[in-house]
Amino acid sequence: MSRQSVARAHQKIQELAWEPAYHQPVSQYGTDYTFRRAQKKDPLKQVLRSYFPMQEEKDHRVYGAEDGAIRGNMFRQVQERWLEWQKLFLSIIPLPEISAARAMPLLFRNVPNPELHNGQAIQMIDEVRHSTIQQNLKRLYMNNYIDPAGFNTSLRGFHNDYCGTIGRQFAEGFITGDAITAASIYLTIVAETAFTNTLFVAMPAEAAANGDYLLPTVFHSVQSDESRHISNGYATLLMALADEENQQLLERDLRYAWWNNHRVVDAAIGTFIEYGTKDRRKDRESYAEMWRRWIYDDYYRSYLVPLEKYGLKVPHDLIEEAWNQIWNKGYVHEVAQFFATGWLANYWRIDPMTERDFEWFEYKYPGWYDRYGKWWENYARLSEPNGHHPIVAEDVDYQYPHRCWTCMVPCLVREDMVMDEVDGQWRTYCHEACRWTDAVAFRPVFEGRQTPNMGQLIGYREWETLYHGWNWADVVSDMGFVRDDGKTMTAQPHLNLDPKKMWTLDHLRRMPPLQSPNVLLNEMTPEERETFRANYVRGGPAGRPAPAEA
Amino acid sequence: MTTSQQAASQQAASQQQRSVPKPVFTDAEAGAKVFPDSDSSARRFNYFVPARRKQTHYEDVTVEVQPDPRHYLSQNWLYGFADGRGGYPLDWTVLRAWGTDQPEPKRFPGSGGKGYEWPALGWHEFRDPNEEWELTLYRYNANVVRQLNQNVENARQTKAFGQWNRNWVRFVERNLGAWMHVDHGLGLYLYANAQRRAPTNMHNNAISVNSMHRIRSAQDLALYNLTLTEEIAGFDGTAHIEAWNSDPAWQGVRETAEQLTAIDDWCEAIFAGNVVFEPLVGELFRSHLVQHAAPRNGDFVTPTIVGAEEYDYAERDLRYTIPMFGLLTNDREFAGPNKSVMDGWLAAWVPRALAAARALQPLWSQPDAKPPRFEDGLDAAKSRFSGIVTDLGLAVPKELAQ
Repeated sequence: MSRQSVARAHQKIQELAWEPAYHQPVSQYGTDYTFRRAQKKDPLKQVLRSYFPMQEEKDHRVYGAEDGAIRGNMFRQVQERWLEWQKLFLSIIPLPEISAARAMPLLFRNVPNPELHNGQAIQMIDEVRHSTIQQNLKRLYMNNYIDPAGFNTSLRGFHNDYCGTIGRQFAEGFITGDAITAASIYLTIVAETAFTNTLFVAMPAEAAANGDYLLPTVFHSVQSDESRHISNGYATLLMALADEENQQLLERDLRYAWWNNHRVVDAAIGTFIEYGTKDRRKDRESYAEMWRRWIYDDYYRSYLVPLEKYGLKVPHDLIEEAWNQIWNKGYVHEVAQFFATGWLANYWRIDPMTERDFEWFEYKYPGWYDRYGKWWENYARLSEPNGHHPIVAEDVDYQYPHRCWTCMVPCLVREDMVMDEVDGQWRTYCHEACRWTDAVAFRPVFEGRQTPNMGQLIGYREWETLYHGWNWADVVSDMGFVRDDGKTMTAQPHLNLDPKKMWTLDHLRRMPPLQSPNVLLNEMTPEERETFRANYVRGGPAGRPAPAEA
Repeated sequence: MTTSQQAASQQAASQQQRSVPKPVFTDAEAGAKVFPDSDSSARRFNYFVPARRKQTHYEDVTVEVQPDPRHYLSQNWLYGFADGRGGYPLDWTVLRAWGTDQPEPKRFPGSGGKGYEWPALGWHEFRDPNEEWELTLYRYNANVVRQLNQNVENARQTKAFGQWNRNWVRFVERNLGAWMHVDHGLGLYLYANAQRRAPTNMHNNAISVNSMHRIRSAQDLALYNLTLTEEIAGFDGTAHIEAWNSDPAWQGVRETAEQLTAIDDWCEAIFAGNVVFEPLVGELFRSHLVQHAAPRNGDFVTPTIVGAEEYDYAERDLRYTIPMFGLLTNDREFAGPNKSVMDGWLAAWVPRALAAARALQPLWSQPDAKPPRFEDGLDAAKSRFSGIVTDLGLAVPKELAQ
């Protein structure tokens, strides 16, 4: 910037705001929060005169690296196991990014501090950057990686796939419902401050270990913007804390946002990092170790806990429970196993685990082999078509799970499954915290308090419902997960691109029809339902059906 | 063991301790094998139909990022507002694109996931002719601010501000300063607000870039004002606040700008802002007053600052606005009703814009060296406006004669 210091320039642009004298700006998004007390300064002190050249310089580095990767033929040393999972990740992430841009106006009328609006507008355009720079990376992968299938159908796949639906919460949660719940607590206070660490720092490190240095190039550039967004959230949170009547809502929203982020992000990123890597050095951090460092220490202990002195009620129990799920209950392993069980309903290839992988898992997660080893051996055995069904329809000691109505990840830690009749429908939940989110938090009255602006969980939340009674070949065809010969599936449970080893729609025709667990649950008598519940929670780990009672 | 041997031994030991992932030759590059979908024709996003024969880079990074339950979004929106509606409701504007009246595809147990064929809605046919995405928007705006910095710095070094006559100093501190409030208010509360509300990513991205143009212009003017405070003895850097708050000449503009931010319908907001207010008020003030008056009063710097905003509007923001509304005035199902709605918007907003423009008239007599007459400037602005309206296939409203 010429001559003027950033601080002086920032001070000057505060003169731009004005109080309306004739007409108030339109108010389109409601909140049950109040902001009557504190004013908070914009912590960013970002002025566009320096912002645009800074971002352009960052772009130069990103696109220079991309050119270098192509010229240096990075794809000769990229691990297919890794890049295949990017077909899922890069189909999801541009929507959460652009949704974060769309979320910013929710705050304009509800956070009555024009100084913060400057930071929110910059976040808006940052998010346009993130969304399009990530789409561009995916385009580069599609053009240069050996197997474009799944990249080329990316957004159609994302929009109609059950994994995409899980990821979509990480976008729609930003833009609907109570404006502060969505655009501040869920988006900036939890998603960006806590979970972008694993998304945009931990995961790119794993990409680099798998020969892909473009993911770190793009996502570290993205992450360098996130620190500004975190400041936006922090400023708003401090303002909210100044009004005592917000504390009940803050407690509710932190519980919901924390738990939902854990369920969704840890499911996806945990799977990518643990099951998408070929780097099995024993001294490389596991996802659990990364989580402990980035989220438990850096976010929980260093960011959230100090806010207690301002009256914030930190959900200690749910944070400890999230760790318990990851470390003791095998949450990430259960999710990866489910993704692999349902490989045929997706649009990427999932590599079987090998002895080397087993050894690493056993070293990092003692007891892993006893729980999951046999199943992964079966997965490898059944990976190439040879007269048998895909693993989901074979007897491998795995009970197809019910889906959580709230987070839409299946109820994989079987003992935690909770069942409830909500809005006239029997629903299963992966954990009591998810039941609470649907039945208690997302309601117009919360603990006796009117919360008319709280959002709703909507949509056809169980994917299997749509295909209840369908033949699997028709399901895959309906979703469009078929290659250009019209029969070979996009997804494969291995990485062998020999057409003779690849599954086709013909292989699926012989399978029994797909059944919706939720439709079946609602067809049960009360007694049958209770028997089902009691049986389900005795199942697991690793999806094992409940042992027969003596 | 010699010292050098010891050093070598220590180095070897430390190298053994280093743990790094080993590069592995995987041969995972395009074309390495032949299999279904390995052909180069499979290397394109195949979930949308490009506007032209070949899909553009812009389309690849923009189209379909924002989903639509009418085609692919089989499980529909997952989170709703308190009224149970999620996503981007089509009735956030009264304008309609073809397909709007078709009910959303019904999904139920066993329904399958299919919706209508892409695009299902005429809204998805819009493409920003500026092809804005992150690469283009940062390049463009970085170039603008770099050039402005150089212009101001050069003027400072050559003492160019010393050539301004006193009345022109007063004019700039008050009136150019007042305009930055318009840019800031509309940038945030009209344009940034509207980018939450359109039914496609192409619309919302174009609008968000428009928003940044206005916010950047506001800051360009504010920082220019700061420089002038430092460079010109007696330049009152806060005079713009008084002008904006209480100068009668500015109250019409202020009232209209505030009314623009109060619009609920996102299409009406963009239409009123870019089709009506900008040509009749924005360009009138910038092109027909400031740009003409400045050189006659010894100021060769201000036009370069204001010229950047002129270019933003004329060559970028208006450029996307015309096809955005042109698709709707030529819509195969709703062209007639859409034109009627837009005619109503013209009837409502043209008088407001003209009243705001006329209230500015005293400004024309303030500089020592006068710009061309106000009425001539207004005629030119009206002519420009008529051309835009005609380009959209709309009739020039009778209110323009006021």
